[in-house]
Amino acid sequence: MISYVFLQHYWWMIISLLAGLLVFLMFVQGGQSMIFSLPGNETQKKMIVNAMGRKWEFTFTTLVTFGGAFFASFPLFYATSFGGAYWVWIAILFSFLIQAVAYEYRSKPANVFGQKTFDIFLLLNGALGPFLIGTAVATFFTGSNFSLDYMNSVKWGTGWHGLEALLDTRNIALGLAVLFLARTNGLLYILNTVDDNDLSARSVKRLVLNAVCFLVFFLFFLITLMLSAGLTFTGGTPGIVVEHYKYLHNFLHMPAVFIIFLAGVIAVLTGIGITIFKGSRKGIWYTGAGTIVTVFALFLVAGFNNSTFYPSVSNFGSSLTIYNASSSYFTLKTMMYVSFIIPFVAAYIWYAWKEINKKKITSEEMNEVDHLY
Amino acid sequence: MIEHFDMSLVDWSRAQFALTAIYHWIFVPLTLGLSFLIAIMETIYVRTGNEEWKRLTRFWMTLFGINFAIGIATGIILEFEFGTNWSNYSWFVGDIFGTPLAIEGILAFFLESTFVAVMFFGWNKVSKKFHLTSTWLVAVGANLSALWILVANAWMQNPVGMTFNPDTARNEMVSFWAVLFNPVAVDKFLHTIFSGFLLASIFVLGISAWFLLKKREGWIAKRSILIAAIFGLISSLTVVFTGDNSAKTISSVQPVKFAAMEAHYYGSENVGLTAFGVLKRSGKKIGDKEIMDFAFRIRIPGFLSIMTGGDKNTYVPGIEDLVYGKEDSRQILSVADKIRQGVFARDVLNHYKKAIMVNDTGQIRVIKNEYFQDKKFLNENFRYFGYASLMKPEDAVPNVALSFYSFHLMVILGFFFILLFIVSVFLLMKGSIAKHRWFLWIALLSIPLAYIASEAGWVLAEAGRQPWIIQDLMPVTRAVSQISASSVMTTFILFAILFTALLIAEVSIMLRQINTGPKHSEDKL
Repeated sequence: MISYVFLQHYWWMIISLLAGLLVFLMFVQGGQSMIFSLPGNETQKKMIVNAMGRKWEFTFTTLVTFGGAFFASFPLFYATSFGGAYWVWIAILFSFLIQAVAYEYRSKPANVFGQKTFDIFLLLNGALGPFLIGTAVATFFTGSNFSLDYMNSVKWGTGWHGLEALLDTRNIALGLAVLFLARTNGLLYILNTVDDNDLSARSVKRLVLNAVCFLVFFLFFLITLMLSAGLTFTGGTPGIVVEHYKYLHNFLHMPAVFIIFLAGVIAVLTGIGITIFKGSRKGIWYTGAGTIVTVFALFLVAGFNNSTFYPSVSNFGSSLTIYNASSSYFTLKTMMYVSFIIPFVAAYIWYAWKEINKKKITSEEMNEVDHLY
Repeated sequence: MIEHFDMSLVDWSRAQFALTAIYHWIFVPLTLGLSFLIAIMETIYVRTGNEEWKRLTRFWMTLFGINFAIGIATGIILEFEFGTNWSNYSWFVGDIFGTPLAIEGILAFFLESTFVAVMFFGWNKVSKKFHLTSTWLVAVGANLSALWILVANAWMQNPVGMTFNPDTARNEMVSFWAVLFNPVAVDKFLHTIFSGFLLASIFVLGISAWFLLKKREGWIAKRSILIAAIFGLISSLTVVFTGDNSAKTISSVQPVKFAAMEAHYYGSENVGLTAFGVLKRSGKKIGDKEIMDFAFRIRIPGFLSIMTGGDKNTYVPGIEDLVYGKEDSRQILSVADKIRQGVFARDVLNHYKKAIMVNDTGQIRVIKNEYFQDKKFLNENFRYFGYASLMKPEDAVPNVALSFYSFHLMVILGFFFILLFIVSVFLLMKGSIAKHRWFLWIALLSIPLAYIASEAGWVLAEAGRQPWIIQDLMPVTRAVSQISASSVMTTFILFAILFTALLIAEVSIMLRQINTGPKHSEDKL
């Protein structure tokens, strides 16, 4: 007999995995954020845009699935966060809305607004998308100002509806860490996919700066997080209490999660290291896998060990846990059966990705193929 | 519970969702149908090896790509607007509604997005067969995606397969299969995807007709017309069949919507179906809502009764019967009675929640045993839970003129499209289609009509369901997120500007690509 608690943990793990995949796939946004600064000429710019453009839908789809999975498995989070932190989510949506069309329209004749407008759309999505998502995810640890009434209707505590998250340095730090990680992964992906010596040299040069920025902001967030207090669900009265060093305790109470987290960080650093010091072009696979694993572990720290994965700073009792925010037993169980198809989905994505990426993108291809971005 | 509603917030939230849905639906039906048409064309190319078929396939694929991206972009906004603008709804039904959305992501979106990349960029990178498989998988993925979102929408029209959980104050799924095979879902899915096939067929037919008018690309245009006309004819006939089924289902699960579709106010037997009509104000009112009369109409005698019950003696209740009830043998419960039952259900729930808050275990047990475990209470009271939020009985009536005109516009255009496809096939078989310029112009001008018909269908589905977001269980006034109306108004304006700008760009690019036409063999491929 599968227990309700098991299903709640299972679905939090699926959400965590999707979050990891999403952050990895934001290498597309990272690449976009450099389309004006990285290339040395128009052909290089075209190669960057086309390298990223052939993958933008994966990021988009993962974001949609992340939202759908959250809606299905933890609907109270969906209702609370989206309905409360309105402006943050709307800003994220705007940034993704302009991305989708920018690729398809930028180089098409008669696109009305000119290529530069659509390139600016790509830049905006590239910079704002990862930053805002990172900032929003940071509130999973730092909390938000909301309360729920007895019918679970959300009331947001400020008129800023989510924008107040930008006043917390920890949120900003994670937002910037995600942005620089996306840029780092974007550079590593370009090195792996585009066959152009000059562009490669430029990418390696920028990799150092972006990797250092990522590490600084990530470490700042991590250290402050380990020193911060968090909320714990007790199961008794009062239901939610403050626990000092909550997230440090979570790592200590869940050594497996700590090992996964550590392995992820090491893989990220390995990918960066072998690219900078050994000239490898396969860094993306280490850093990409490391990104997925690290984010996965961070989400587990946010949701497991009786943590509140969406803490309310103004009304502790309204905080969301995987227990009070989840769907019913029946729905989670039904969805679990559906989730068994994920390995099959991953397999065909892997196969199609491999087939498309077999040939590296070259400057010659930019003049040969008619469906170009 | 929130006792006061900010109507401007509700109105702006509805306007924003309607805006997004209407824009989204400009692009989606073309994706649904054109993906299959492209797959058929590419199949012929792979089987014959004729490069002209490849040119033809790639031309339509280019137009598909331009349309596809903006459809995806508007789609993500819709998904997240359930949370941003309808947060109470998201909690109340997330246990059921979220499931199809998540399955849509896992099963359909990944299929679509993975293979669309192969479809566009794989021509010289993968084998012909792998490419063709990818094209078919894109078509399957796009239509699978439609399945799940339509299952979700059908549940809002006819909530089934769930029970109310007083502890969580929400509806929870008890049968996935009941949700999936909801009769409204089956009809809606088939009707919607085939209407998408129909629209795409008219799109291909109209553009091909334009080439013939310009005396360009004759080979490609005639073959495109052949495929589109056959595909369109089959689709349009299926749309009629599924539309009929759909209307029957609506008459039983959403009788007020059904009566509004026909502007049918007073119930009777042997009711005729209005084939065409123009409404006028009657001067009489039902509550504060004007009763619409007919300035002119053409009716098919007895047909509405036959459609709903199989014979002309079937009684078809009118809006007035459904609002004020009928205490004869038909026993139609009035909205006032439903409000009373809904208020009772709400009061019981409030007492229960308050007992939980003060931890009054005795009271909790009593309410649970007496009410929530009583099937009679759930059937007679909780099924009308949403009525507790209606101010007066007449609030249960949707906008009759909007429902009537959207329904009849859709139906009239639907029959016109059947005729269009029949004439296309006939002229093609005679080999004289290029000579009949009048027909080519009609085919070209039918493209906007297909979009109007398609949008009209959704206007009917959504506006006709009002005041409900979930039929009988939750009105829109209860579902809305508690944010300021000015915030929603601001985002409405921003979305309206951005969507319109992107639509202008899309149409401009599309027109240029059509004008350029298919690439010739000497062009780089």
